[in-house]
Amino acid sequence: MRADLRNVDWRSLWRGLIGRDNAGTGRIVPPTGVTAQLTLLTAGAMAFLAVFALALSFATGRLAERWSASLAQTVTVRVSAPADEIEAQTGRVMGILDQTPGIAEARMLPSDEVADLLTPWFGPDVPVEALPVPKLIEIREGGDAFDAEGLRLRLEAEVPGAVLDDHTRWREPLVSAARRLRVLGVVSLGLIAAAGAAMMALAAQSSLAANGQVIRVLRLIGARDVTIAQAFVRRFTRRAALGAAGGTVLGMLAIAFLPGMDEAGGFLTGLGFRGWGWLWPLLIPPLAACVGFFATRWAALRMLRAVP
Amino acid sequence: MIEMQDVSFGYREGGDLLSEMNLTLPAGSFHFLTGPSGSGKTTFLRLCYADLLPSSGSLTAFGHDVSGLSRDGIAMLRRKVGVLHQDAQFLDHLPVAENVALPLTVASQPVDMQALKELLGWVGMSGHARALPPSLSGGERQRAALARAVIMSPDFVLADEPTGNLDWDMSLRLLQLLVELNRSGKTVLIATHDMDLIRAARQMDVQARSLRISGRKVQLAGADL
Repeated sequence: MRADLRNVDWRSLWRGLIGRDNAGTGRIVPPTGVTAQLTLLTAGAMAFLAVFALALSFATGRLAERWSASLAQTVTVRVSAPADEIEAQTGRVMGILDQTPGIAEARMLPSDEVADLLTPWFGPDVPVEALPVPKLIEIREGGDAFDAEGLRLRLEAEVPGAVLDDHTRWREPLVSAARRLRVLGVVSLGLIAAAGAAMMALAAQSSLAANGQVIRVLRLIGARDVTIAQAFVRRFTRRAALGAAGGTVLGMLAIAFLPGMDEAGGFLTGLGFRGWGWLWPLLIPPLAACVGFFATRWAALRMLRAVP
Repeated sequence: MIEMQDVSFGYREGGDLLSEMNLTLPAGSFHFLTGPSGSGKTTFLRLCYADLLPSSGSLTAFGHDVSGLSRDGIAMLRRKVGVLHQDAQFLDHLPVAENVALPLTVASQPVDMQALKELLGWVGMSGHARALPPSLSGGERQRAALARAVIMSPDFVLADEPTGNLDWDMSLRLLQLLVELNRSGKTVLIATHDMDLIRAARQMDVQARSLRISGRKVQLAGADL
């Protein structure tokens, strides 16, 4: 395999993909056969799946960044105390926050924002004032000087009803899950490429086996293994590229027509590409052609060398 | 051109089919190879163009020991050898002209269309240049195969029972073409069990010699024909 890679004529890869077949070696393989259609279909299906895997990878990447960014710079202090003490404890907390370095802003959430937070559980028109709801203070970090652990200890000591939540407990599993999903997308792309290569290799071997007479004739007249292989490689490289181009276009259309993010706001509706990201799927056809080229070349040479 | 020293060959399932062969086929010679069916004529020819390699001994072709040749080396050797089989095989999806030019195509050499036309005319196939091989008669196939065998101007032309499927007139026509090749300096070896063909060669004023396979050995048979 390494020797094959070393001996690759890169110009033949280029010629195999888009160059003209001036010598006519491409014509030595009979043009018909169900393998041709199957190869196109396989390459198209793999490219279609690859577009989705790529979109998944991008979407989860964005999700991880969003969760990470939106929660990373904020900390919340929750003050729970009897009704007659809560205002005093809240005031003490605000006083402590004023003295704490690294805090850009400390803001007590007004009743309407608290009501919004409770709406999913209690419905609209929640009488927040009538409920024993804790006071919430949102802190926006202002630099590296902020010491969440130090603040937590001080609050525990001075205001027993105040609890500091820096969201780490929630943020880390979410970000970790999103990153794993992205890795899963990349692994899926690798598996799709590997499965595509395996199918191309099998199709090439099937085609070679079905063209035994062609190979016998070519050998009799002095064709080198690499020349015979090239005739098959050229054909499969083109089929891989064409099939993948079709599959990529269909995949991109399918992604484009998914419901928009703003309409539903869920994770799945965020599956897709944004801006320059739409260019990434265009790499799939040339990559599929490369996979087809190397898989076919490897399979063809291996098979030809196995026959004396 | 071809030199054998103590060359033996046997297929896996049996003992030696040919053994201890010592002979030389000099450049420009014309030989018939005779022997009963199954005696190893085809095997001998396949050894000559390295389709088979000797079990033992040394076979030198064009100055190279064939046992030491790489796969590419063997392919290059075959470009110097034109081979004609009784059942000539073609790429059935390509027209005759493209089949004849195939050795040039696989060698990445340009096809001189005028030379190709002349070659097809020489074998009497001008009118079939665009025909597909399955539509050809046995004689036409053999003549097309001969054109394909010589288009690279090989130094050595091997013919394995080339007239086996042909009528007598066509056999003579093919023999005449092979004699013409020999006169142009090519080495010719024809395996046949058709003694009439060998006798006919006498009438064509060619310096032909006969090799006979007998008792697993190849021997020069008697005087020059």
